[in-house]
Amino acid sequence: MVFGLSESPKSPLKMPTPIKLLIAGGFGVGKTTMVGAVSEIRPLRTEETLTDRSVGVDDLSGVEAKATTTVAMDFGRISIGQDFVLYLFGTPGQERFWFVWDELSRGALGAVVLADTRRLADCFPSVDYFERRGTPFVVAVNCFEGAQVFDLDEVKLALNLGGDVPIMLCDARKRESGKEVLIELVKHAYGKRPTATAH
Amino acid sequence: MNGEWHADEERLLDAPTIRPYVIARGRTEAQDRFDLISLAVTVRPTTGTEIGLDPEHQAIVRLCRRPLSVAEIAAHLDLPAGIVRVLLGDLFDRGFVAVQQPQPEMDVLDERMYKAVLDGLRAL
Repeated sequence: MVFGLSESPKSPLKMPTPIKLLIAGGFGVGKTTMVGAVSEIRPLRTEETLTDRSVGVDDLSGVEAKATTTVAMDFGRISIGQDFVLYLFGTPGQERFWFVWDELSRGALGAVVLADTRRLADCFPSVDYFERRGTPFVVAVNCFEGAQVFDLDEVKLALNLGGDVPIMLCDARKRESGKEVLIELVKHAYGKRPTATAH
Repeated sequence: MNGEWHADEERLLDAPTIRPYVIARGRTEAQDRFDLISLAVTVRPTTGTEIGLDPEHQAIVRLCRRPLSVAEIAAHLDLPAGIVRVLLGDLFDRGFVAVQQPQPEMDVLDERMYKAVLDGLRAL
C-alpha cells in the first residue's frame, strides 16, 4: 500500500472500515450460493485482469506481451452498523489463479473452506493454501441433498486438518446457516490473532 | 499504410479487452494502490466540464455518493477492477473522492473490531 488511511480532510462522512472474508472451495461447491444467502446485496461479479505482471505465474509462453486473462469473482456485502462493512469473496476455483488468491487473502480476516463430501479432494488446494499462508479458516461441509452425511471427525481426518481448525455442517442456501459459519470463523480468527497467541 | 483500412489488423483487436485500457490510457501502475475492498466516496461533485475526466470518471463520482468498494464500482460499471483502480487514483489525486483503506493485516487484531463484527453477525 502506498498509504494507509487516506481520508481526505474534506470528507464529510465517517467511512466504515472494510473487512474481507473469503469463501473458498472447489468448483460448484456452493460458494456463490453461500455469498448470496448472507449478503445484503445481490451477489455482484468483479473481474480482475491478469496482464504481463503475472508472467511466470501463468504460462503465457508464446503469447506476446499484453496478453490478458480475466478472472471473475462473485462477492457480497454485510454492513455491521456504521463502523464496519464485511465483503465476502467467492475465490476463483481454478488453481492457476493463485495470484488472485494472494491479492484476495492480503488483509483478509479469515476464510471459509466449503467442502462437498462427494468430492472432498476438491477443497485440498484451499486448505493447503490457507494453512501455508497462515490465514485463519474454518471448514464448512455443505450438506447437499442426497449426500451422505459423514461423521465430521472422519472428514477432519481425511482433510488432515490441524486440531484447532473448526469444522461444521452447513447448508449454503440458508442465511441462518451461513451466518453461523461466519460467526464461527470470526471467533476462530479472534483466537488466532497474533496478540492472542503471544500470551 | 497511410491511413488505409486494414481489416486484418482490426481483427487483432479484442474490443472488450482493449477498451478498458484505452480508458485508463494504458496505465496499470495504480494497480497496487487500492485494494478490492478499499472504499471510495465522492467528496466533490464534478461539473462535467473538467478537463481530463472521462465519462467513466464521471460515472464513478456519481456512483460513489455513498461509500462503495473498488469491487462494487467495477461490478456496477462493468469494468475490470484494475481499471477502476487507475480511474480512482485520478479522482483521488484531484480531490473528487476520499478513500478508506482496509485495515492493514497487522492491525486485523483490534479486539473492538472482532467484538463489533461478532455482535453484528449475531444480530443479522
